[in-house]
Amino acid sequence: MPREQEYVLRTVEERGVRLIRLWFTDVLGKLKSVAISPAELEGAFTDGVQFDGTAIDGFSRIHESDVLARPDATTFELLPWAQSDEPSGRMFCNIANLDGSPFQGDPRQILRRNLDKARAAGYSFFAAPEAEFFYFASGDSADGPPQPLDHAGYFDLTTGDVSSDLRKRTIHMIEAMGIPVEYSFHEDSPSQHEIDLRYTEALDMADNVMTLRLVVKKVAMERGVYATFMPKPLNGVQGSGMHTHLSLFEGETNLFHDPDDEYQMSATAKQFTAGILRHAREITAVTNQLVNSYKRFAEKSEAPPYVSWARNNRSALVRVPVRKQGKAESARIEYRALDGACNPYLAYSLLLAAGLRGIEESYELPPETNLNLFELTDRERREIGVEPLPRSLDEALDVMEESELARDTLGDHVFEWFLRNKRAEWAEFSSQVTPFELDRYLSSW
Amino acid sequence: MDPLLVHPDPAPPELVQALDMGGWAWKGASDIDSARRDEPADGWVGAIIVAGSEPEEAFRFCRAIRSGDVNVDSVLLLVGGGQLASLDFREDLFDDFCLYPFHPVELEARLKHQFRRSGQIARAEVIEYGPLAMNFETYQALIAGKPLDLTYMEYELLKFLASHPGKVFTRETLLSRVWGYDYYGGARTVDVHVRRLRAKLGEEHANLIQTVRSVGYSFGASRWA
Repeated sequence: MPREQEYVLRTVEERGVRLIRLWFTDVLGKLKSVAISPAELEGAFTDGVQFDGTAIDGFSRIHESDVLARPDATTFELLPWAQSDEPSGRMFCNIANLDGSPFQGDPRQILRRNLDKARAAGYSFFAAPEAEFFYFASGDSADGPPQPLDHAGYFDLTTGDVSSDLRKRTIHMIEAMGIPVEYSFHEDSPSQHEIDLRYTEALDMADNVMTLRLVVKKVAMERGVYATFMPKPLNGVQGSGMHTHLSLFEGETNLFHDPDDEYQMSATAKQFTAGILRHAREITAVTNQLVNSYKRFAEKSEAPPYVSWARNNRSALVRVPVRKQGKAESARIEYRALDGACNPYLAYSLLLAAGLRGIEESYELPPETNLNLFELTDRERREIGVEPLPRSLDEALDVMEESELARDTLGDHVFEWFLRNKRAEWAEFSSQVTPFELDRYLSSW
Repeated sequence: MDPLLVHPDPAPPELVQALDMGGWAWKGASDIDSARRDEPADGWVGAIIVAGSEPEEAFRFCRAIRSGDVNVDSVLLLVGGGQLASLDFREDLFDDFCLYPFHPVELEARLKHQFRRSGQIARAEVIEYGPLAMNFETYQALIAGKPLDLTYMEYELLKFLASHPGKVFTRETLLSRVWGYDYYGGARTVDVHVRRLRAKLGEEHANLIQTVRSVGYSFGASRWA
């Protein structure tokens, strides 16, 4: 038995752990869990835990429906919210077919496969997200439009305290789970908060994002409020994104840094950025996978829907942060379209693949865009060579469907399932009569 | 805890890693003179001799041990599969042997068998350093008496650092000794884990692990300083 598994078995025994939660993620990015007792743990390591995948989005296949969850012992953590008399732990799992081969519908293994490919070329891929979210009084749409805590009524000071206390407690808990936080603060909109994680290797970071989303919601729920990563929950105020900083390292060397370049960007950084820009439209259905994601783009603030890059321009899709002299290791680019409702495994896979394609094929980086793109007309943007991102999920799916890069990166199984599932979501949305339509048309026609 | 003698010096990296991961104390010796010079007061508990492409050199080293030039209780020889024939008539030069390249689990089993049998255990089972206590048998770590909840790699990194107080390691060294050579994240992974460890040690104890600017990391202060 490998030492890391022995370590987990021993820790479970020594710490009196009663329950081990085996976590995995479906194609849409929802966290799933199978709980086992300590007695079953050794078997789970050697044989995996068999379960019926049909109920899980993207896991169902026509013939056999059972799959195996194989816990990754290196991800074992005690859950800080478990009762002290009933400690429980969690591990992320890789999903396998019954014959032991990797299951094609498992997003974690899709990312692993893409990272392996990058590694074969000498690259390790790092990510650091800035996750935005709202606290609301309730998460049930039957209770009417969401009520921000800051608007809760007469007790603004008290309720303001509630949300910063929530954030503090959240940070404490995720740090206890080994996820270091870089910054956190109250965002622009009422009851909107941001937590920035310190950069780490992309597979760990995707696991961290899954953990973060759960912890944020869990802490809120304990205090009787609701937290959401929905991209655009309120009319008239900025939505929630998940701007993500990306970098490539080779060993200890940051490959994006070049002190002699005008932008301090290496040739690799430029090609990687060019790759992301050229393929941005093809990957948008995954980085922004909800009908609602596109309403965040429409509000023209921190969600730039134009394929462009710049150092200091809020309207650019990719920002290249200006660094202090000598901070070579912090060289990175920031992809600003991503939102918190994405599947991080699939989104990182596609961002990496797009960037690597730029390197492999030596794409040329277009010139920096210093104009405020929000203020230009479509035609003016076209004249300077700036394309818009897809304006709806529908359009994003059309572009994705034609993308050989997206298909190769995700594999046929997930690529096709995703398109099918999201087409159905769009069709359902399209047939809905919205409050906007009723307000606008009912009385006038 | 007396160290094991390892020859040659530098030892093959995978051997270094296996010994460090197994928590064995060891010291490299490039020749008999340095083995004699570094000999502990009660003699060496054991020696691990690697027969490389020139096994004759390793046999000379073993012979010097057997003739009493250096005081060593028991000798484990690591030998390539193609050189097994050369062991004929040299059985007296070693107490046990292990095929090289070795399987880490087999090496560990042989080390335990060889160097524990005589009751002389060269392995530290418990480390205590300031507020930190680690028990390698139970994989548990305590800080100021409270259990530390660590992932496996955090545990291994802390164990490695705490086993070598005061010594400065580069990220590359830590990566190869603690993670092994084929890990995803590259050397930056070390920074990430150090940050995670510090977060878990808590503000009060985070400075047990020090950043040595433009070199790497060290733990505590050397016992010999």
